[in-house]
Amino acid sequence: MTEAQIYGICGAGLVGIGLYGAILGRSALRRLLAFNLVGSGVFLIFGAIARRGGLAGGAASDPVPQALVITGLVVAFAATALAAALLIRLAAVERDEASARGKPEAAGAPSAPVAAPAKSTDPRTEQPATGQSGAGHS
Amino acid sequence: MTLWAAVDPWLAGPRSAELLFPLLALPVVGLLLAPLLGARGARLLALLNLAAGSVLALACALALVAADAPLIYPLGGWAAPLGVELRLDGPAAVMLVLTAVLLLLIGLHAAWEFSVPAMGRRATLGFWTLLLGVWAGLNGLFLGRDLFNLYVAIEVLTFSAVPMVCLKGHAAQLHAAFRYLLFALLGSALYLLGAGLMLGVHGTLDIAEIRAALDAGGTHPPDIGGHVRAASLAAVALMSTGLLAKTALMPLHLWLPPAHGGAPAPASAVLSALVVKGSFFLLLRLWLDLVPDLPELHVGLLLGGLGVFAILLGNLMALMQARLKLLVAYSTLAQLGYLFLVFPLASGASGGVASTAALVQVVSHALAKASLFLLAGRILTAFGHDRLPALGGFGRDMPLTLLVILLAGLALVGLPPSGGYLVKSLYAAAAAEQGAWWWPSALELGGLLSAAYLARILAIAVGPRAAAEATPAGPGVTAPLRGLVVPALLALGALLLGLLPPALVGVMDVARAGMASSGAVADVMRSALTPSGFWGSAGPVLAVALIVVLLHNAGASAWGRWLACVGHGLTGLEGWLRQWRTAGALLLLILFIQGWTAMG
Repeated sequence: MTEAQIYGICGAGLVGIGLYGAILGRSALRRLLAFNLVGSGVFLIFGAIARRGGLAGGAASDPVPQALVITGLVVAFAATALAAALLIRLAAVERDEASARGKPEAAGAPSAPVAAPAKSTDPRTEQPATGQSGAGHS
Repeated sequence: MTLWAAVDPWLAGPRSAELLFPLLALPVVGLLLAPLLGARGARLLALLNLAAGSVLALACALALVAADAPLIYPLGGWAAPLGVELRLDGPAAVMLVLTAVLLLLIGLHAAWEFSVPAMGRRATLGFWTLLLGVWAGLNGLFLGRDLFNLYVAIEVLTFSAVPMVCLKGHAAQLHAAFRYLLFALLGSALYLLGAGLMLGVHGTLDIAEIRAALDAGGTHPPDIGGHVRAASLAAVALMSTGLLAKTALMPLHLWLPPAHGGAPAPASAVLSALVVKGSFFLLLRLWLDLVPDLPELHVGLLLGGLGVFAILLGNLMALMQARLKLLVAYSTLAQLGYLFLVFPLASGASGGVASTAALVQVVSHALAKASLFLLAGRILTAFGHDRLPALGGFGRDMPLTLLVILLAGLALVGLPPSGGYLVKSLYAAAAAEQGAWWWPSALELGGLLSAAYLARILAIAVGPRAAAEATPAGPGVTAPLRGLVVPALLALGALLLGLLPPALVGVMDVARAGMASSGAVADVMRSALTPSGFWGSAGPVLAVALIVVLLHNAGASAWGRWLACVGHGLTGLEGWLRQWRTAGALLLLILFIQGWTAMG
């Protein structure tokens, strides 16, 4: 078994573990971490492909997959940052909504989480209507 | 005269390929500048950029027709295997023009809604910046020919589309955005893995070069026992599955209804009309440009079968939605199904006709769906909610809005001469040559189901007013009329798409082997507006609409209870499909089936 094969199999294993975690993981954060594991596996496979020689075919490593991995890392980093930012924001908003839910709208909207715009309870979303009609011809 | 002489080298001369570069540069530069300019400046910048981009995209299409060959621009002067080339062919030109013009129109419509006084600084800046991001990603997708650059483009697209879902920052929207992002990321990981395998097998990522190697039977590395072919097809299956997750083909649609249903209306219009089409366009490139012998593969059957499943379940779910925006979102899922019928039909002599049909469907659905989402937003603004049961009689407050909804809806249903009709007849023509009658019948059934949900909206709109608590009325009457201009334009565009001169349709054939769109469209439209052709399409639609209206008013009859029971079962099934674990397991299942059928 060559070096490249060992790395390739390890990469495949990481992808498998990551997919398992991303699909069956209980919490959002775990799924996000599992996605990162999938990403690492894919990058390892890229590394194995580079080590195998690719176009160069010789003993030297092929630089193209290595260059791609760097770009891939940047993309994966950006994705993780975006997802983490979403999660942090979500936690903050949910904390706010939980503390606000204490009294007023208990009877309001026991709807599914999908049914978002409970318009009447949100002062900010009322504004476009008035804002628009006001800005119309003035 | 002098003006013509000045632009001539670009439009018809040797420099025409240079037009491609600014189409990438404009949105990217705009994207980088927008945050520096602040919320107000970003809006102006985005609109100016999109206006310039629309002109450029049209110029590209003209130059392409004049050249009658693909336009190729090597970035930085580096040729293909080493450098990155931008390449424009007919379908890409159509997509470029559609994207730029549609984004411009949606931008003009949203110019009041997404302004600082209405939405606040943060959401305004976000919307206009992300609009440019979506445009950059889409242009990269249409012009790219290199699997890895296409990956970067599709990630730019995703990262711009996801925050659009949660511009208002409600918890439900944030949930929807996270779900969308994570599922899309799983898709991108699969795509990247496939691209990596492809690089390992062929030593190149250029679609044309891989195709050439596969056509040559893998002689470049000697293909012993078909291993090169098998590995390539496994890689394509990986990439294709990843893109299916991003296109939200049912049953991989768990993220789409909450995302498209919860986003602000102009954002929903962008997401539904354009963003999901980006990944579909790449799927088309993979299976039609990269894989040499689709006819021999059974993958087409799988993708077409999933398409039919999406058409049926999507339309039925749309019929049962309680919220207007969710209804429109489920209708998108059904319309995405229409796109996938291209894969089983793209083989043989009539394959080009199927490709034409898929592209026409992309255009037609983009126009009609953008219009519907903008109108749903208008109703949402006017009434403060979009719950259908509580919207009873809204047609009396907003008759023009209802009219435009019906026009856009009829384009989706497929009455002649709409784009939907063109799609159905083109697919039927392609299927007739293969004797595969079941694909067009699924389309007809889908059209009738769309007529059913349209009739339901109509019945609600002209029906009795809902209980007094529901309609605070008033704002509905004062909704400014200018909010109807863009939706009406889009709806009319979709409805009259079939009347386009065939020569114009021929743009999508440039640099494509086997496509003869103008002829096919002319053939199909010849019989469309004769009385028998028209009533053959309109008759069943009217009948279905009548039945739905009657049923709607019949209330709790035995039929009503029976239907409610079936509806309950379907909703349960669809809810189960939308669970994270089910969707994840289905993703892997579809991956295995694709790989297995592709490798035979």
